[in-house]
Amino acid sequence: MNLSISLEHYLLLSSILFFIGLYGVIVRKNLLMLFFATEIMLNAVNIGLVAISNYYGDLTGQMFAFFIIAIAASEVAIGLGLLVIWFKRHNTVDLDSLQSMKG
Amino acid sequence: MFEMIAFYTFAFLIIASFIVVVTSNNALYSMSALASGMILISGLFFLLNADFLGVVQLIVYTGAVIALYAFAMIFFDTTKNLIEVNSKKIIFLLISFSTILLVFIMTAPIKSEAVTALHPIHQGVGNTQDIGIVLFTKYLVPFELAAVMLLVAMIGGILMAGKKMDMLVANEEIQEATK
Repeated sequence: MNLSISLEHYLLLSSILFFIGLYGVIVRKNLLMLFFATEIMLNAVNIGLVAISNYYGDLTGQMFAFFIIAIAASEVAIGLGLLVIWFKRHNTVDLDSLQSMKG
Repeated sequence: MFEMIAFYTFAFLIIASFIVVVTSNNALYSMSALASGMILISGLFFLLNADFLGVVQLIVYTGAVIALYAFAMIFFDTTKNLIEVNSKKIIFLLISFSTILLVFIMTAPIKSEAVTALHPIHQGVGNTQDIGIVLFTKYLVPFELAAVMLLVAMIGGILMAGKKMDMLVANEEIQEATK
């Protein structure tokens, strides 16, 4: 029995987490839950990048994960600001309330 | 052996907590589960010899992002249960898209067997030093751009979530109505 953990293990974990996030993005109607699901997807991609970086002995994957973390942080700051404004004006975090933007 | 036990423990706990995040009706439970999942992911990073990213994950995600969500949650009324979609079309779309993506993810390492490292990891050098050297020589411009982007995001967040903003929006509406 082979006891070592290979790259495929990490990639499978990464894709499972990505699909959990995708399920959240598609199914949930709460805008806050949509943000949570986006965070899950970004984290899943980070796991994949760091795993490849370790198994190929290349630092580029860790660099990309680092910049993805920076992007995720600014995404949360801007997105939550917009969400707070939206909630103040419409008193709801329902995704369907955004359809009033349709021309 | 140790690696295997650690990997499976972390993997199951991460998957369980993220499933709680996407299925829970209570936003507070979701947020707590998200925080625990993020902390467990940093454990995986330590397992993968990426010490610096593990610490960054702990500081940025659980320190900054989750704290930001917790503060933003003061504004929202999350007690209302929103109706979820469960149509067959969406489930079909999700399954087919997932399958195609899974094939690409699992075949990508096979296709890239001949890849040589662009910035190889040095033996005997700490992960943080290694990352620092690459970050401040090869990735200096993206690093500065990321810094400017974070500054812009901070200003934008303060401006949008600040107290005066709803008054500003209301004033604009009054001005438009009186025109």
